[in-house]
Parts: sequence; structure tokens; C-alpha cells
Amino acid sequence: MPLQRSSFARSAALLALLCLGVAHAADEPIRVGFLTVRSGALAAGGKQMEDALRLFLKERNDTIGGRKVELFVGDTAGQPAITKTRAQELIERNKVHVIIGPLAAFEALAIDDTIRSSETPTISPSAAAEDLTQRRPNPWFVRAVGTSAQPSHPMGEYAATTLKYKRIAIVADDFAFGHETVAGFQRAFEENGGKVVQKLWSPLNVADYGTYIGQIKPNVDAVYAVFAGGNGVKFLKQYGEYGLKGKIPLLAGMTTVDEGILKSMGDEALGVVSSGWYAATIDNPNNKRFAAAINRDYKQDPGYYSIGAYGAALMLEEAVKAVKGKVEDKAAFMAALRNVRVANDPRGNITLDALGNPVMDVYIRKVERQNGKLVNAIVKTYPAVSQFWTYNRKDFLANPVYSRDYPPAAHLEK
Amino acid sequence: MSFWLIQSLNSLALGGVLFTLAAGFSLIFGLMRIANLSHGAYFMLGAYVGLSVLDQGYGFGWAMLAGGLSVGALGAAVERLVLRRLAGKTLAQVLATLGIAFIIADASLWIWGGDPRPVSAPGFLRGAMQLFGLTFPAYRLAVLAMSIAIAIGLWLLLDKTRLGVMIRASVDDMQMARAIGIPASRLFTIVFCLGAALAGIGGVIAAPILSVYPGMDADMLPLALVVVILGGLGSLAGAFVGSFLIGFIYSFGQVLAPNLAYFILFLPMVVILAARPRGLFGRPMA
Repeated sequence: MPLQRSSFARSAALLALLCLGVAHAADEPIRVGFLTVRSGALAAGGKQMEDALRLFLKERNDTIGGRKVELFVGDTAGQPAITKTRAQELIERNKVHVIIGPLAAFEALAIDDTIRSSETPTISPSAAAEDLTQRRPNPWFVRAVGTSAQPSHPMGEYAATTLKYKRIAIVADDFAFGHETVAGFQRAFEENGGKVVQKLWSPLNVADYGTYIGQIKPNVDAVYAVFAGGNGVKFLKQYGEYGLKGKIPLLAGMTTVDEGILKSMGDEALGVVSSGWYAATIDNPNNKRFAAAINRDYKQDPGYYSIGAYGAALMLEEAVKAVKGKVEDKAAFMAALRNVRVANDPRGNITLDALGNPVMDVYIRKVERQNGKLVNAIVKTYPAVSQFWTYNRKDFLANPVYSRDYPPAAHLEK
Repeated sequence: MSFWLIQSLNSLALGGVLFTLAAGFSLIFGLMRIANLSHGAYFMLGAYVGLSVLDQGYGFGWAMLAGGLSVGALGAAVERLVLRRLAGKTLAQVLATLGIAFIIADASLWIWGGDPRPVSAPGFLRGAMQLFGLTFPAYRLAVLAMSIAIAIGLWLLLDKTRLGVMIRASVDDMQMARAIGIPASRLFTIVFCLGAALAGIGGVIAAPILSVYPGMDADMLPLALVVVILGGLGSLAGAFVGSFLIGFIYSFGQVLAPNLAYFILFLPMVVILAARPRGLFGRPMA
């Protein structure tokens, strides 16, 4: 009966291995699951996340807090159903101690239950949906990036008080990220005396922005444009082609002129003012090293996705150090993750608020050409911005979540 | 006033883009009776090939030629090597074209990366031009002109040449066409090749407006379907009128009824399917 014998031998070997594993847990690597996107429309951002994470591991020789790290990568293809399957594989088959990922907010929502029921500490390197750390917090979920509106509150104030704009038209992607970003901007802008007089929502996969650009009121002081993925490239190019560049100044969300797509743009992007929690030009030693390393290894400037994954890895490192490498104690590890303070993040100091969302500097940036390359030059820093901006947390959470129609726009003109 | 004019010009330009996309799709459907679900992928591949040719420093004309030839050759190969083996099994053929679409999409991601790539219009068409006191991108008018040129070229081909006569005969009645000695199988290859080449050229023409990005294929395919269903299957005039009709409905619909932006394209399709299933210019199926 060779079959039985061999299967018996295999089971015995497995059992022995398991026993060894338990006895020598400390010698085992920390198993890190990484949910990214390698195929489909979101693959560019997925690659930037993966590049940054691999750089992080290379810099540390695959070791954090004295323990080796083993990385398991799951390709979600940017689809919620596949994301859920990959997350389950990472948790059940690879027995990962922590997950970094996924990329999109709808993917993060898709695995919300999975990480809750399996009690898997998860660090989001990119998903910015407000309620993930507001009205529907998950005890096993923290974020390395901010909420959608976290950088757009300061932008609204800056547009009203520093740039002295009174009337603004908005064009944005018609999905949650666009709605939330715009809502934060509008609220801060109008509370500081500005008026949002026009809001145009373009479908994510719109073929052409000509229709929308043709509608922009000619008598506004500026246009605020919020786009994700590659849409910013298309929009800015067409904004120039319709002769609006130079006539009506353009303000933008973080991702509209993200470094990841800025390299695909030309002079049409010059002068665009945006806000974000990162820019490749931030002048501190940690960022200089980080930006130089990404440029050396991957021939591009780091942007939204790069800093998200790198920041997530830095949070992981601090938490692992805090529990002295004992990530198997999930509760202690998760507590450490929630109380993490990162001093060496390229963005500056990072701490988490009680809901697991970073409090961090937000930068007002302006696109300039430096040494032949388009960059987001920093024109102003808002220090230690929280997801609640200057508002009282309790009042903020008592309101409905930011959306297409909340807060309502009182100054729209027909 | 200027609003109506600029949106009308937008509609015409979008209609031009849609026609370059839908003409090949309609041609293939008319003759082979299969919905070529790789048509969006051919469109994207043509745009990528054109982009690479432009990157090498060649002119826009070369980019269009290269996009058309390479995608046309690929189309011929697909018909010969894949669809031919599934002859008569329409459903299997449609599934095969879907598989090919996935392969092209992932291969493009592998070769050209995941970043969106803007494509420059030819130098003399770059930027805005003044028209009746309006500012309008010059290249969009050129797109309109090119799509009309393609329409005329196709019309001449179908109406005035022997090949065109054979294609039309086969579209009308395949069995009768075979019976009188029209080499239908060779015709299939030619038409599939031509349809793919049209998509490839269309991709290059559209690239300066749409830019090229992963997922472009999936964004464009439904548009082709909508145009062809509206215009009538296998009808060149239908594809032409359908393209511009959709161009107008899309542009004005998004402006006048922004909350219906997602639905607006499919509304005319639903109406047509209910009231006149063969489309505006389609003939009843034999």
C-alpha cells in the first residue's frame, strides 16, 4: 500500500513541522499579506504600491523588529469579489499576521467582514473612504493614508482666504472619492466666505470631457477639479485645448496631479494648485532618501500610492518593534498598531487618531517645472491635520457622511 | 447660443470617434453574424501601436498606417486560426473573441504599462482655434473630417467595387451568395481583417482625445454596441447615422439631464430594441 504509507509519512512530517513551528515561533518569519492590483485599469497604482513596499523591504534586508519578513502578494484585479477571495487565501492558507492593502475603497469595504471575523490586523495603504475610520470603524483596520476630505478641507480654506477666490466651479469624478473630496472642499470654502456656484459630475469612464468643459461658467474665479486614476491626464489636456488654461485658474485634488500621472503630463499642468498629504518635493531627510531611492530603482517620482504603501510598512515596523516582534499576540499587536507614532515617515510625523486614521501635515502644492521635470512644489504646510479638520469630532460624526448632496450646495446658479 | 454651438461641435467630434469604432464592428457583424467582443481591444491596441510609432519620432500618418496594418494583420490571423475552427458555432465564436480581448488587454498592460498615456495631435492641429467667436480644439474638427473621409472610402468600397458587391450579397443572403460562387470563406477573412484594421486606425485617430489607458477597451466596446444596435446591424449608413445620433444624445444628455448620465446612452437603445429591433437602417434578418 504505497499510497497509504506515503500519505502517512507526509502527515507525520507535517505534524513534526507544526510542532517545530510552535516551538520556534520566534524564529519564524512575520507573514505579511499584500493585496494589490496587477491587472486591469488600476494596475498602475498597484505597481507603485508594490514598488514602494519592495523598496522598504530591500532597505531593511527583509527584516523588521529583528524578525524576517515573508511577503505574500495577492492580485485583486481591482474587483471586490476577487479581493475577498484573495484576502481569504492570505488569511487561511498563508496564515498571514497582517495585511497591507487593498488599493480601492470598494475593495476595502468588500473585505471588511473578512478581516473583522478573522481578526486580521489590516493597514490600508490607499483606500480613503471617509466612513472606514468614521461612522463604521473596524477594530482591526487602520489607515496609512488620510480620508478623501482630509486634504480638501485645508484646500477650501486656502482658496478662500489666501487665494481670495469668491466663486468656484467644480468638476469631479462621479464616485464616492470625488463626492467626499468635493464635499470637504465646499464646506471649508463656503465657511470662509466663498461660493460654489457650479458642480459638474462626470462618470468615471466618461469618453470625453469636452461636454463638461464646455459647460463651465466663464465668470468663475477658479475651477476645482477632482479626478482619480488617469482621468486627470485627459481632463487637464482638454482644459488647455478648449482655451481655458490661463483664463480660469485650476485648483485640484491630490490625485488629479499625482506624481504617478504627472510624468504623463505636459505644460498644461503648470500652475495647478492642489493639496495632499504628500509631495515628492517635501524637504526633509527621510523624504529625500525615499524619493531618491524610488527614482533610482523605478525611474519615477513617488506619489499617492508609493507613499501609502511605504507609510503602511513604516507603521507595521513601529508596531512590530513595540510588541518586540510578538505579532502572534493579535490583540497586543493591534493595540500597538493603533497607538503607533512614526517619526521617520517621508511625510513628516504620523500619529493615529482614536479611529485609526493618521493625523498628519497637509501640503498646498503647485505644479512647476524643475530640472525639466514637472513636480508638485510646496507653497504652504498645514501642520497636523486630522480627518475632522477644525471641527468637533462628535458633531462631525453626528452629520451624515460626505456625499454628492451633503453638505448641500446653497449657492449653485442655474 | 455659444453653449449650443460648442456642444454641437462636441457631439460631432464624438460622433466621428464613434464612427471609426463602430464601422468595423458593424461590417463584421453584418457578414459574420457575430458580435466581435474584441473590437474594443483592437481599438485600444491600434492606439498603443500608434503611440509607439509616434514615440519613435514618426508622423501621425505613419502612426495611423501602423495601427491599421498591425491590428488588421492580427484580425486576419484571429479569423484564420481561431474563428475558422469554430465555424457555424456563433456562440463559441463570440466567446473566443471575448477571450482574445482579455489576452490583448493583459498583453498591452505588460508591454505598455499601466500608466495612462496622452497622445499628441499632429503639430498643426494642436491647441485651440477660434470659430465664430468660440474656442474649440482644432483636432476635434479634424477627427470629424477624417471620419467622414473613412465613411466615403467605405461607401466607395462597398458600393463601387466587386469586393463590395460580394460582401453586400453575402450580408443579404449568405446561402444564395455561396450558391452562385462567391468565396465566402475568403470574404470572412477579408472582412474581419478590414474591420479590425478600421478599429486600429480609429484607435489612433481617437487617441489624442481619449488618451490611451488600460481599460480603454472595456470603455469603448459598449459604445460600439449601442451605435450598431441603434443604427442597424451590418449597415454602413446605420453605423454613420447611429454614431452621430449617439454623439448628440451623449453630449446633450449629459448637460441637460446630468443625473441620467449613465443611463442616457442606453435609453435610445432600449427604445429602438422595443420599437424597431432591426435598428434604424437595418433590414429584417433573413
